[in-house]
Amino acid sequence: MSAGAPAADTPRSPRRTTAQRVFVRTVSNRIGDTAMALSSGFATLLVLAILAIILIDILRNGIGHLSLTFLTQAPSEGMTAGGIFPAIVGMVEMVVLMTLAGVPVGVATAVYLHEYAPAQARATRMIRIAVSNLAGVPSIVFGLFGLGFFVQFLGAGIDKAFFHGQKVYGQPALIWAALTMAVLTLPVVIVATEEALRAVPRELREASLALGATKFQTVIRVVVPQASAGILTGMILAVSRGAGEVAPILFTGAAYFLPHLPSGLSSQFMTPSYHVYVLATQSPDVDATKPILYSTVLVLLALTFILNIAAIVVRARVRRQSGLAH
Amino acid sequence: MLNRETALPLPGERRKSKLLTTRPPQAERLPRLQLAPAPKWHAVVEWGLRILAASAVLAIALILIFIGKEAAPLFYSSVVRAQVTLSKMWVAQTWPGYDEAVSVWQPVSEIPKFGVWPLIVGTIKVTIVSMAVAVPLGVASALYVSQYARPRTRELVKPLIELLAGIPSVVLGFFALIVMATWFQDRLGLDSRLNALVSGAALSIAVIPVIFTLSEEAFRAVPRSYVEASTALGAARWQTILRVLLPAASPGIAAGVALGLGRAIGETMIVLMASGNAAIVSANFADSVRTISATIAAELAEVVFGEAHYTVLFFLGTLLFIATFFVNSVGDWTIRRMKAKLGGGS
Repeated sequence: MSAGAPAADTPRSPRRTTAQRVFVRTVSNRIGDTAMALSSGFATLLVLAILAIILIDILRNGIGHLSLTFLTQAPSEGMTAGGIFPAIVGMVEMVVLMTLAGVPVGVATAVYLHEYAPAQARATRMIRIAVSNLAGVPSIVFGLFGLGFFVQFLGAGIDKAFFHGQKVYGQPALIWAALTMAVLTLPVVIVATEEALRAVPRELREASLALGATKFQTVIRVVVPQASAGILTGMILAVSRGAGEVAPILFTGAAYFLPHLPSGLSSQFMTPSYHVYVLATQSPDVDATKPILYSTVLVLLALTFILNIAAIVVRARVRRQSGLAH
Repeated sequence: MLNRETALPLPGERRKSKLLTTRPPQAERLPRLQLAPAPKWHAVVEWGLRILAASAVLAIALILIFIGKEAAPLFYSSVVRAQVTLSKMWVAQTWPGYDEAVSVWQPVSEIPKFGVWPLIVGTIKVTIVSMAVAVPLGVASALYVSQYARPRTRELVKPLIELLAGIPSVVLGFFALIVMATWFQDRLGLDSRLNALVSGAALSIAVIPVIFTLSEEAFRAVPRSYVEASTALGAARWQTILRVLLPAASPGIAAGVALGLGRAIGETMIVLMASGNAAIVSANFADSVRTISATIAAELAEVVFGEAHYTVLFFLGTLLFIATFFVNSVGDWTIRRMKAKLGGGS
């Protein structure tokens, strides 16, 4: 235990014997150790308790109204009855478009960064700094960007060129919301893909090159397939993020209520996350919408949790593989 | 041969000798060999990859350009400047009906008032509350998980906290609005249900995982030899943690705090739903507040394209972008330096 008394007598406690000093020190160290272990353990428990309280509250209040019809019916009677079917369809469409637009770019960026880019070059460093800063841009700023760039600039430009100035794409639309979300989730895909590429053993690349494959063939046929689980992780995380965010789509395409499902890229769409926001803050009759609100939150939360758990499982498998490889 | 432990300066010690600095090992590079001849189109595709890889840089540039573009009329458009100028936003004005100079945010009154101080004070108040909750909880739980918990507990707790990070902010905002607000009001007897305390507390739930993850990484990156040396010198465990572990991990913790701060400043949905959205300047944390991000989210949908209000909201967006960019860069730089020191390299 604590390494006995110091050899020299300290001037502060001239009257204590060595045994007393050892005793005082042992006791104070015990107290200090216990206090530190308890306080940090308590903090951990508190954080976990917050998670548990949120989950239990939403599960308890949301499960009652949840049913198959809730998932397959449109809202009715001023949002006090019916389900969230159009919101689910809208979300799926948005997320699919987002994935199609964002994941290839993210994977390409990660492949370039890890397989081709010279590590110390200024351009490489710039890309890395841009990626990590992009991850930190507030989501509402993405909303402003989506409005300013996609809707006002690209959309209005397309209208001028192809629709004689008629407003088709120059207004909030599914495609612009999906593209805004694709930019937002780009760093998620890049980081996950790069981690997966890092886990591919160098010997595989060398073996492929030694067999006469070119660099590009090695990357496409050996490295990327080996990293596919990691790429999948990035995709799942991106989808989970895209399904949950509201701020970026506030001005770029989300609608509170639509009488019909989105008919094309230029139509607006409903989505559960935005639905929760509007129901919670702008409902005229809070008590009547509360069961629906809770059930919508439960659906949203269950979806993001399933996706996140899937990502954690896949990533754990990737890490274990790379652990074996080295 | 230097190993990573001897190359690390002790906490508080500055490294002087150039010889002691180790460069991070280069990312795995293949030796220069005669490779198989590649067809021309491979080079084309590889150039394509290079161009796609610039997308992140392009995105950052486009964000700045297109937000700045919508905010720019504030500086040259006479129509916009007739209603609002930079000095009217930042300097308190004596408005008709007021006795003294005040900074007021009333963009849709008869005389539109764009004083930004209420919003900035609101943002700072919410951020202070959230960081005051999140920093101790995040760092302490990271300490527990990295130092005290058994491997099996760690395997369980870490994913759970990561799961906390996966909760959409609109769900946290909803929870704050419906559950936490009532709870706080009942316990503390507050006048307004939605205020800086409630929204700050809800915001901290989003910030804790950020601080936790980076702090935990930082604690685990401290070489064992530090702890062993301290223990060998007779220090108790709590002394080792406070005097050795914490200082050695401080860059990583600081990085986590910086990234968490960036998240807190920019987070929108939680504060939009739970802060009460009253633009008042006060030191009381139980008052309703309105943050910059919530102002943009709440008002942009109702403004006319190109008018003064629209321009000011984009200006606020630019401010938010610059503020978070700065905070995140500091955090990011700290992480990079730490990784380089520990010889991880990435």
